[in-house]
Amino acid sequence: MSAPAIRSAQAELPSRSPPHMRDRPSSSPLGKPVPRKEDDALLRGRGRYADDVPAPAGTLHAHVVRSPIPHGVIRRIDTARALAHPGVRAVLTGEDVRALSDPFLVALKQPIPQWTLAVERVRFVGEPVALVVAEDRYIAEDAGELVEVEYEPLPAIVDPEDAVAAGAPLVHPDCGANEVSRREFTYGDPDGAFAAADQVVKLRVDYPRNSFMPMECFVVVAQHRPSDGSYDVLANFQGPFSAHPVMARALRVAGAKLRLRTPADSGGSFGIKLSVFPFVVLMGLAARVTGRPVKWVEDRYEHLLAASSGPNRVTHIEAAVKSDGRILALRMDQMEDYGAFLRAPMPGPLYRMHGATTGAYDVQNLHVVNRVVMTNKAPAGLIRGFGGPQLYLGLERLVQRIALALGMDVLDVIRKNLVPSGAFPYRAAAGALYDSGDYPRCVDIATGAGRLEELKRRRDAARAKGRHYGIGFAAVVEPSMSNMGYLSTMIPASARERAGPKNGAVSLATVNVDPLGTVSVTADLTVQGQGHETVISQIVCDQLGLKMDEVVVNLEMDTVKDQWSIAAGTYSCRFSPGTAVAVHHAAGAIRDKLARIAAKQLNVLPGDIEFVDGMIRSQTNPDNGLAFARVAGTAHWSPVMLPDGMAPGLRETATWAPPELEPPSGDDRINTSLAYGFVFDMCGVEIDPDTFEVRIDRYVSMHDAGRLLNPLIAEGQIRGAFVQGLATALYEEFRYDDKGGFLTGTLADYLIPTVTEVPEIEILHIESPSPFTALGAKGLAEGNCMSTPVCVANAVADALGIENVPLPITPMRLHAILSGPEKTPPRQAKAAPAGATAARREGARELTGSGAVTIGAPVPEVWRALLDPENLKATIPGCHALDVVGENHYRADVSLGVGPVKGRFRAEVRLTDLETERSGRLSGGITGPLGDASGAGMLRLEAIDGGTRISYDYEVAVGGRAAAIGGRLLDGASDLVIRQFFERFASRLGASSGAPSVSWWSRITSLFRKPR
Amino acid sequence: MKPRPFTYIRPETVAEAIAALSEWKEAARVMAGGQTLIAMLNLRLVDCEAIVDISRVSELSAVTRTRTHIEVGAAVTQNALLSRPDLAQEVPLLAKALPWVGHFQTRNKGTVCGSIAHADPSSELPLTLALLGGEVVLRSTRGTRTLKAADFQRGLLSTARENDELVVAVRFPLGAKGEGTGFREVARRHGDFAIVSLAARARADAIDLAVGGVADRPAVRTIARADLSRLDDIVDALAADLGGFEDIHATARYRRDLVRRLARPVIDEALSCSA
Amino acid sequence: MFRVGSGERTLVQFELDGRPVSGHVEPRMLLSDFLRQVAGATGTHVGCEHGVCGCCTVLLDGAASRSCLTLAVQAHGRSVGTVEGLAPGDGALNTLQAAFRKHHALQCGFCTPGILMSFTDFLARNPAPTEDQVRDTLSGHICRCTGYAPIVAAVMEAARTLRGDATETAA
Repeated sequence: MSAPAIRSAQAELPSRSPPHMRDRPSSSPLGKPVPRKEDDALLRGRGRYADDVPAPAGTLHAHVVRSPIPHGVIRRIDTARALAHPGVRAVLTGEDVRALSDPFLVALKQPIPQWTLAVERVRFVGEPVALVVAEDRYIAEDAGELVEVEYEPLPAIVDPEDAVAAGAPLVHPDCGANEVSRREFTYGDPDGAFAAADQVVKLRVDYPRNSFMPMECFVVVAQHRPSDGSYDVLANFQGPFSAHPVMARALRVAGAKLRLRTPADSGGSFGIKLSVFPFVVLMGLAARVTGRPVKWVEDRYEHLLAASSGPNRVTHIEAAVKSDGRILALRMDQMEDYGAFLRAPMPGPLYRMHGATTGAYDVQNLHVVNRVVMTNKAPAGLIRGFGGPQLYLGLERLVQRIALALGMDVLDVIRKNLVPSGAFPYRAAAGALYDSGDYPRCVDIATGAGRLEELKRRRDAARAKGRHYGIGFAAVVEPSMSNMGYLSTMIPASARERAGPKNGAVSLATVNVDPLGTVSVTADLTVQGQGHETVISQIVCDQLGLKMDEVVVNLEMDTVKDQWSIAAGTYSCRFSPGTAVAVHHAAGAIRDKLARIAAKQLNVLPGDIEFVDGMIRSQTNPDNGLAFARVAGTAHWSPVMLPDGMAPGLRETATWAPPELEPPSGDDRINTSLAYGFVFDMCGVEIDPDTFEVRIDRYVSMHDAGRLLNPLIAEGQIRGAFVQGLATALYEEFRYDDKGGFLTGTLADYLIPTVTEVPEIEILHIESPSPFTALGAKGLAEGNCMSTPVCVANAVADALGIENVPLPITPMRLHAILSGPEKTPPRQAKAAPAGATAARREGARELTGSGAVTIGAPVPEVWRALLDPENLKATIPGCHALDVVGENHYRADVSLGVGPVKGRFRAEVRLTDLETERSGRLSGGITGPLGDASGAGMLRLEAIDGGTRISYDYEVAVGGRAAAIGGRLLDGASDLVIRQFFERFASRLGASSGAPSVSWWSRITSLFRKPR
Repeated sequence: MKPRPFTYIRPETVAEAIAALSEWKEAARVMAGGQTLIAMLNLRLVDCEAIVDISRVSELSAVTRTRTHIEVGAAVTQNALLSRPDLAQEVPLLAKALPWVGHFQTRNKGTVCGSIAHADPSSELPLTLALLGGEVVLRSTRGTRTLKAADFQRGLLSTARENDELVVAVRFPLGAKGEGTGFREVARRHGDFAIVSLAARARADAIDLAVGGVADRPAVRTIARADLSRLDDIVDALAADLGGFEDIHATARYRRDLVRRLARPVIDEALSCSA
Repeated sequence: MFRVGSGERTLVQFELDGRPVSGHVEPRMLLSDFLRQVAGATGTHVGCEHGVCGCCTVLLDGAASRSCLTLAVQAHGRSVGTVEGLAPGDGALNTLQAAFRKHHALQCGFCTPGILMSFTDFLARNPAPTEDQVRDTLSGHICRCTGYAPIVAAVMEAARTLRGDATETAA
């Protein structure tokens, strides 16, 4: 057993309230850092992930054809060429899907129909438009390139604030607006508090789009049984199983006729694999259409483009404060951008934290405006932290601003406002019932033992040398196990009354003992890699006195055969306060039954029975005992020997439904979760003055998650969440340009930190057991996703003295904020119009440039050549054919590219605004499998010593695949392609002019050379 | 993410390789390590009819040292060169730059010549070759020619290689006695494409400075030692001159400012290890 | 000169974890797909198919390589090592695997096979690495679960054990 680095700090400060849980027997594995049962198979490559499960004979393979544009009307889809491709068995389009299925249910009463393939319109880059089903994936991808889709592009809306502005293009015109939900909540008397405040401190924060992207992508294997119309689908779906009715309804079948199964292993999820559910339906339909099993393995490009992401949020937050640092009230306006569709259970992140909106602070006056906005981006979904990171970015940044405004130490402001020790259970303003904790003590421990002093020393030393060093803090309440009724807070109380109350969270587990005395367990979970098999075994062994390998845990979910309810799945840290408790109760029921059987046989009272080392025996006389297997066998073989009234067999399913999870009250208070842990983070960062890179110097993370069931696994969860939080702070972001083009289509663009970007951290914890759960344990796997982004942001704000800290905090962005005017700007400014800062330009799709060529031919000849289609055909690089559409209007078939990157495009070119022999405007666009581009530029001709000088400038917008994958080279590539055109033009004319004074090549290369 | 169909050709000799290239010309792509090419094939960014895999051409797998340079054959992997025991004495800059090329795992297959032939403006090896004034040896059925690095790399992913030519080797000049070199790279993550990379060589009377990642190919400037007092102005002008491209990770202005701020430390490093 | 036409299939044979495997495939088939779909060796995982994530790393003649950036036809006649060949037997893990288990250096386990193969190659060449060298090599992999620190600890400990230096290795 390895000693985990997570260190109990219980001894560092005496507890003000001693733990009230009984200590476990020393032989129990529960609470110990037991290595995982899962590891042996995984380390041998014997995992059973979805793509490893043998596919049924005759399985076909699917490839999804996706929209290259962010918004448009589908004019026509021609599948004939794809269908004719050898090995292709079917091509499905939105029309097939519309005929065979219904749109997905949406949590919000708004006309936002989403089918599993786009119907009539596309609304984001990557939206599935057609499905090719073929004998293998290679063939399916070949045929995917043959599906011809004609789009009529519509203007796209990307920024949520633009989306709610008057006159914005509508993502769903039937909704009448892009803001599809708005609710206001008032708790206490915020207006009164603001009137009584000494100061009001305000802040705006922007939380970015990202994903804690799993390394395994989506996998679905679907079969359809025509005999009863049922579907049998294996998918690495993660839950919640509230999505199961959504899938069944879309497929137009009863729930039991959608048998959804999950595999034994899963390559991570972090919330993302909820969003496999539309593809469960799509592959089901494909299996039905083809009469064959259909398998789809999402690839990384698809995953980056459109699998899922967390929602981005714009928060305006303000606090009414007294001059002593006390926060009297908070107001926040949270505008959350869910992208093009609301996938069930969206808009969850906006409401999951609702009861705990005041975080770790005792603030009873609160005003919240929640707004849900649609844009032309990929639909958002579940994500680790789920609303917490967004909330705390505003709240904890604000606390830092309050300290600055009042001239106080940040820690003093934090301490002044923390929910006090001894106040638990504590009812927060918006309804959360914080179960246990000691927040001030956590802060004292984390900042104690010289830790804060050392940080300050390092800061002072760095600053003395003129370096940028800052310290940040974050105090976070981490909820676990969601109240399934929280989303209904989104609708007004009157509407809730009509619809009937929604609340609770059901956890289910079954413990079975076979005639040989072997214990097997199933539970309402999906595997994602946390180690539930291990912890479930620990809980069962704790109850039954067995060894870890005497318990078999099977977490492959089968919705037809296993216990599950809508809350099933693995998300929102529901294991420790939920399923773990159900396992404990189910094992406890087995224990009680075995104790009664054994008591009868051993002639003792059931209360005298103990379970130790595979024996069931009398506590008072340990020699009086029976082997566990023998007692278990009695229940199967000898019902006659059982106590009166006891049913034979040994199988217990426990249902755990905590009463604290009540529906929202009439005044909109909601206890959004069952348990609430606490995290306090502290860090020191230094910013490189040359490169603007942020380096984490020290990081301390203090946790109170109640009882730890397995410290080794707990530490693993904290470390993993920390790196994901760090990624949010510094690296990961889905980037779109301002026209809706997607820019991060590879893992070289979407930056997941590797080990070299990750600092050491110090992890501390204390245990304030939850009084609401039998094991006293709370979730702890999401806390650092919530605390770390804002802790780092606070440290950067402290280091640089800035208010707006852009997430992720990239060197480019810090540079844009901190760099003054450029001493010597470049001669040919590639960048934006004068005055625009780099930060503002960020996201602009247009690439701009300019250039000039000199041609050894007189102006009239050059002008004629420009208007001559034959000459253009010879000049346009890679031109295969050129048709004249109208006067100075051409269509062409061209091969374009840079170096090895080449593709065939349809091009349309126009020459307009002609001023004979002086200037004209060249505009047009190209589209092809590599992407699309459109642009325009002005040409100017002037005579210079016998020749002609053509100068040009251009603006080009590139979209689709090229923008998603080739972003790094686009600017240079567009420059090169445009230059090639003019060089070819010059060389043709120059050569035909017959008077080259220098060689053709040296003249061309002179154009390349930068002026010295 | 699966490649389109292509014809696969695996020559055993250089003669077979160039015969294949002269047959297929621009329809063929040469594959040595495949660490860039196969990724591009998987993404369907490259449309080619034939792949000429030279990884098993034994004549191309040698590193030879002459009085003036080391010659690296086209099938020599980056890790093979990096593990050459005397590399740090022979070509000190290569020993500094090679660990920045991709990752351990890709250097096991990725070749030195492949990186130079691909001519990515952010790559470390073209930068090194350019700074040191190395050469590229090209062969076709028409004959053999040798180009200076500056004449070989023509622009973004573009070189002077004709469609039927094979890069058979590159030549790195041996470090001269008393010379010092420096290397520095800024990337978002270790192993990523450089936002800016800088290399410097301090010679007796001058400093050579090379900048990668900013323009469409490495830019090399020679600065007389006598002009070092004006270094900031020289670098400022160089940065302005190069302009720089924009992408999602770096503005052109950020790239220029990195050149301005990092040129001096790189030159200082070169000076500090020069005699 | 060996040549396979576009769309044609060719026989690919190589040694996989010490045993011969073969299959008739198109030249465009990736080695990662060959391993999983033709040889049934699903221990090697596919994470990105563009060479960044490292999940698919295998040993090609002993050298850690991305199997997604290798054509199956390129492996012909060579030896391929995967995670499935590491353990000495059913009852035991090898030193590196055991250290991963002890240090909780894996969670979902999807990236783990590639990481094990990288360090199988790396430790064979560098039996006494520094922590920075281990980090440098590990930077060729993406792990989303562990936060990396336990992986570094596991590799350092495995290196010590393999060198016969038992200091600090006792559990």
